[in-house]
Amino acid sequence: MIAALRYGVRRVFDVAERGLDRLAGPALNPLAQLGALGFFLFWIVAVSGIYLFMLFDTGVENAYASVEWYSTRHAWHAGVMRSFHRYASDMMVVVMALHLLREFSRDRYRGARWFSWLTGVPVIWFLYMSGITGYWLVWDQLAQYVATTSTELLDWLPIFGEPIARNFLAPSSLSNRFFTLLVFLHIAVPLVLLFMLWIHIQRITRPKVNPPRTLAALMMLALFAVSVAKPALSQGPADLARVPSPVGLDWFYLPLYPLADAAPGALWGLLAAATVMLAAMPWLPPLRRMRPATVDLPHCNGCGRCVEDCPYDALQLVPRSDDLPYALEVAVDTDKCVSCGICTGSCPSSTPFRSVGPLVTGIDLPDLTFASQRERVHELAKVSDHKVSDQSPRLLVIGCQHGAAGTRTDDTLSLPCVAMAPPSLIDYALSRGFADGVVVAGCAESACYNRLGVEWMQQRIAGERDPYLRSRVPRERILSVWASPTEGARLDRELAAFKERLATMTESQSPAEAPAIREAAS
Amino acid sequence: MSMPVSVPRLAGLFVVLAAVMAFAAIFSDAPAYRQIPPGTGVIKFSFNHSADRAKECRRRTPEELAKLPPNMRRPVECPRGRRGIVAELTIDEKTVFSGEIPPSGFAKDGPSQIYRRFVVKVGSHTVTARLRDTPRTEGFDHERTEAVTVVPGQSLALDFRPEHGGFVWR
Repeated sequence: MIAALRYGVRRVFDVAERGLDRLAGPALNPLAQLGALGFFLFWIVAVSGIYLFMLFDTGVENAYASVEWYSTRHAWHAGVMRSFHRYASDMMVVVMALHLLREFSRDRYRGARWFSWLTGVPVIWFLYMSGITGYWLVWDQLAQYVATTSTELLDWLPIFGEPIARNFLAPSSLSNRFFTLLVFLHIAVPLVLLFMLWIHIQRITRPKVNPPRTLAALMMLALFAVSVAKPALSQGPADLARVPSPVGLDWFYLPLYPLADAAPGALWGLLAAATVMLAAMPWLPPLRRMRPATVDLPHCNGCGRCVEDCPYDALQLVPRSDDLPYALEVAVDTDKCVSCGICTGSCPSSTPFRSVGPLVTGIDLPDLTFASQRERVHELAKVSDHKVSDQSPRLLVIGCQHGAAGTRTDDTLSLPCVAMAPPSLIDYALSRGFADGVVVAGCAESACYNRLGVEWMQQRIAGERDPYLRSRVPRERILSVWASPTEGARLDRELAAFKERLATMTESQSPAEAPAIREAAS
Repeated sequence: MSMPVSVPRLAGLFVVLAAVMAFAAIFSDAPAYRQIPPGTGVIKFSFNHSADRAKECRRRTPEELAKLPPNMRRPVECPRGRRGIVAELTIDEKTVFSGEIPPSGFAKDGPSQIYRRFVVKVGSHTVTARLRDTPRTEGFDHERTEAVTVVPGQSLALDFRPEHGGFVWR
């Protein structure tokens, strides 16, 4: 059932993401930047909050009066900042919810990824606490409703002495000091939230905490436009002698408050169950994955390329433990390794051209070795030779299991990430005549399952990242297709078109050694 | 890899972002929620009050005092535990709350606390509050009956303040 739900949500995301890819390109796709946008919105909320705090006056009467003063008399700057503060906070909830759903739909929360998921659960709580304490400060009718309902909800738990809700029993029961406490809470809780966000990204390398500048600028512009069109306003002064009803609720932060009115115990039960379920999800059921990467010391010189490329901070350079004349060697943190194989693709030992002895590389996946990759290339070449009697171009598809090529089994070298294949494998397939063209079919550019695999592979092919694809490799015989699982038809079309292009290429452009090596493979 | 994006496409992305932002702005204060139905108000019944001790204080005998360390020889021993408070609230002769409110704290030595909210229709109501905080087993030590007129959306609070003579409207 979870798998079906995951698939359904993924379809929805895929449709939206590919649409945004077409509109603005993968780099500016906001759905591919949800984590970074969350951080960006946090900073908007923090800066606007500091600005508003300078103009805010604590106190039963003063709080509302000061907010009204700057919202009306200084609407052009403080009023806009207030709207920034409110709407960016709301957007944080939206972005957080989308981020959670997206990671769930891509099954990126189980196995070694449990840490990021689990540490995201308190982030939800602290975000809500930050927002809810902020609403109290305005001390308008919404603040009164939030304050009384929140305290009634807290009083349901048998942990407080005097019921906190008694602070809001009547106008005379509220003191100015209460607002001082609220200000402290509204500063302290977001700081804890920031700390939790920092923990949340600890087990990934190169976390995206800043969106591209263009996207950030557009976001600010959109925020400004909405702030001017619909400024955030107060809902009349609080009056504890009256019940604030009706009251305009912020449905992003307060969607469960009506339930708190009716059945606080049920709401606590719901929150506890949801929290436990979310926290337990990485193990429901546990992910079955390949064994983590292993290092073969005789083939590792401690160059550190795999450490540089690992998206999960699972590799470290440590002092050498054998007698080889190198200072360092690579160590794998098996708890963090997701078995993506990107390290194999980045290892300079991963060269299929080696002909002496067994093909062993410096770092490899025991369940999908580099040697087996080369074997698979040979197998596919044989299959192509048998199938193709009309001399139509033969393709080697290096496909990511999580992209559009994930379901292709017959003609594909299927890998957990296309970046597991070193560029030398492309060179090998073309120069030795195992294929007339190589297709690198990875995830959609903005939705790489292993975070950085698409980017690394693009840079390797472009000669911008070590290990480079050698310049002698004819680029016109390489096709990169970045497509999600829902884009199988596009992949098929691009493969067909590529074959046609290959067929029209002159003999001089074809791999020189092809006939000889084709025999070698058979 | 990132490529330059044309202005129309950037404009399109801006429209998408503004639409999402507008969605956030709209639902940040709408639709309105009604906590109580129209034509009603609220009466809150709440107090934070300690009842008498569960056991009476008693004088220690000279023998008992002699057994104690010199610095702890208080002549009167008062067990810290408190009684529960029996309270009752009737609105228009209908009992909306009746029960014993236990003392708070692990040692049962804290005040008894209650906070209840009752939605009532607008108009005149006769409210009677009763409270027993002494060892007596029947009847009440404090009682107040009053006719109150509730206007729409009003919030009335009935508290117990012994220093003000018992039940007070706030």
